[in-house]
Amino acid sequence: MDRHSLPRSEAVGLEALRVNARVVRALGMRSIRQTFRRPQLMAPIVVFPTLLLAIQTGGAGGAVNLPGFPPVQSFLQFMLAGAMMQSLMLAGNSGGIALAVDIEMGFTDRLFSAPIPRYTIVLGRLAGTAALGLFGSLWFLAIGLIFGAHIESGFTGALIAIALVTATATAVGGIGAAIALRTGSASVVQGLFPLVLVVLFLSSAFFPNELMIQPAKAIAEYNPLSFVVEGIRGPIISGVDATELGEAVLAIAGIVVLGLLLSARALRHRLRVG
Amino acid sequence: MPAIVVEGLQRSFDEVLAVQGVDLNVEEGEIFGFLGPNGAGKTTTVRMLTTLLLPTGGRATVAGHDVIKQARAVRASIGVALQEAALDPLMTGRELIRLQATLQGLPGAEGKRRADDLLERVDLAAAADRRVGGYSGGMKRRLDLAAALVHGPKVLFLDEPTTGLDPVSRKTIWEEVRTLNDEGTTVFLTTQYLEEADQLADNVAIIDSGRIVAEGTPDSLKTEIGNPHIQLQLAAGSIAEAEKVCAEVGRLLPPVDGRMVLVEATNGAADIPKVVRALDDAGIAVESLELVRPTLDDVFVAKTGHHIKVPTTSSAVASA
Repeated sequence: MDRHSLPRSEAVGLEALRVNARVVRALGMRSIRQTFRRPQLMAPIVVFPTLLLAIQTGGAGGAVNLPGFPPVQSFLQFMLAGAMMQSLMLAGNSGGIALAVDIEMGFTDRLFSAPIPRYTIVLGRLAGTAALGLFGSLWFLAIGLIFGAHIESGFTGALIAIALVTATATAVGGIGAAIALRTGSASVVQGLFPLVLVVLFLSSAFFPNELMIQPAKAIAEYNPLSFVVEGIRGPIISGVDATELGEAVLAIAGIVVLGLLLSARALRHRLRVG
Repeated sequence: MPAIVVEGLQRSFDEVLAVQGVDLNVEEGEIFGFLGPNGAGKTTTVRMLTTLLLPTGGRATVAGHDVIKQARAVRASIGVALQEAALDPLMTGRELIRLQATLQGLPGAEGKRRADDLLERVDLAAAADRRVGGYSGGMKRRLDLAAALVHGPKVLFLDEPTTGLDPVSRKTIWEEVRTLNDEGTTVFLTTQYLEEADQLADNVAIIDSGRIVAEGTPDSLKTEIGNPHIQLQLAAGSIAEAEKVCAEVGRLLPPVDGRMVLVEATNGAADIPKVVRALDDAGIAVESLELVRPTLDDVFVAKTGHHIKVPTTSSAVASA
């Protein structure tokens, strides 16, 4: 074959979709490999939330007896949703850091100079974040089951929790990607770690909303993450509640839209400034 | 058909005009050297031609496609190896080339075959499954070059491909560039190394402060400058006096460093005794003396009034 007539991505219609899907998959695989090969990216997703889960479960287990605490089999069962939320939030943030590192070292130039739609670059990163969210949900469900927690709504409930965690990781990853594209600085994105934790603590992830005091209670009540947490927690501690699930899906959709809008804007900015 | 046409290309960053109306014409199948010091606007120009940066004025076509309106077609036609060797240290060489093949739309099996061929071609087959972070500078550049070639581009952009490399690695890259060009690839090469442009390029353009100051074949540019010069290395402390003496014998050229005096030799080697005698009469000791034929640096000096300040490459490479 003539060197200058090798196949190129000039596909249209369905073929173009297939080609783009291959690109997203390849970039997603790279993103996953990158996380597993760089311990500092893996630690926030698995190690920190696992340690926090162990410490909180061991140290504050008596909280289940407080008046107003939702009926649960154990504190571990209650905390699983919080641990998954922490993992997925940090997975989204780590995805942003990895993208910012790509920008800093010039790897995104390689991607931007390829004949692919630029959105596939963000989607590839998000595909990797989604896979890490899936991994995080399986990890914490496994830990819960190993240490005696029940999934009250069974296999279906577990699947719903996994789906919500994966979708939220992707949504949060969109915001991380937007910040990375806008700033191009890994240290700026990394600096958001404390903010992520503050937003998470001001939700019902680690403590029931009913037992919080003002103003945290009011903030948590309207924090979109609380709706997501309750959507994940419901199937684990009681059963699938259509209203809770609907609210969680709406909250995730809101974060997705926000992430996509910010990412699209940041991508345009990145291409303008080079 | 020209491979690259650039007309009045501009790029500003806030108040700074980094590229100020560049015009270029690169014919198909040539090696085009884009020469200039750091900060001259070489990389900014390349980033615009490779669709990584939007121009703020002018227009350019690459492989017949407009870089703004047909950016994707441009990207399908070009290979790009950028200055920083944009490689992920956590990937293996093979993973990187296969990813590049996917980005270029090559089917899986074809991508794998191309990856294997290219790794073999740049002599990285044995290291293909090692992480890039463990590669030497030369290996990284060769890998970057291989990645840029995965889809058989019509036009290859190499942004300072040998900066920071040892002479042997530099020579290997030069040989590969020549081979690629022999195979029909148009090469747009930016460099701050004068010998590199001299050795490789069919045509060169010299850019300084965002403007093209000279364009032509290396030989035509040197001929335009004309005379050779005598390069005198002197003991520290005697430079000022030596300059005064030499100025009476011939025209002084801007010095390369503080221990050299350059005197234009309008009569070639015949001017050497005249200069030596004048210095001897003034009691100035000469450490070394050389008659230097015009180089691209002289062209640069003639056009801009100053030298390109870069480390010189070894003579071994220069004579390659």
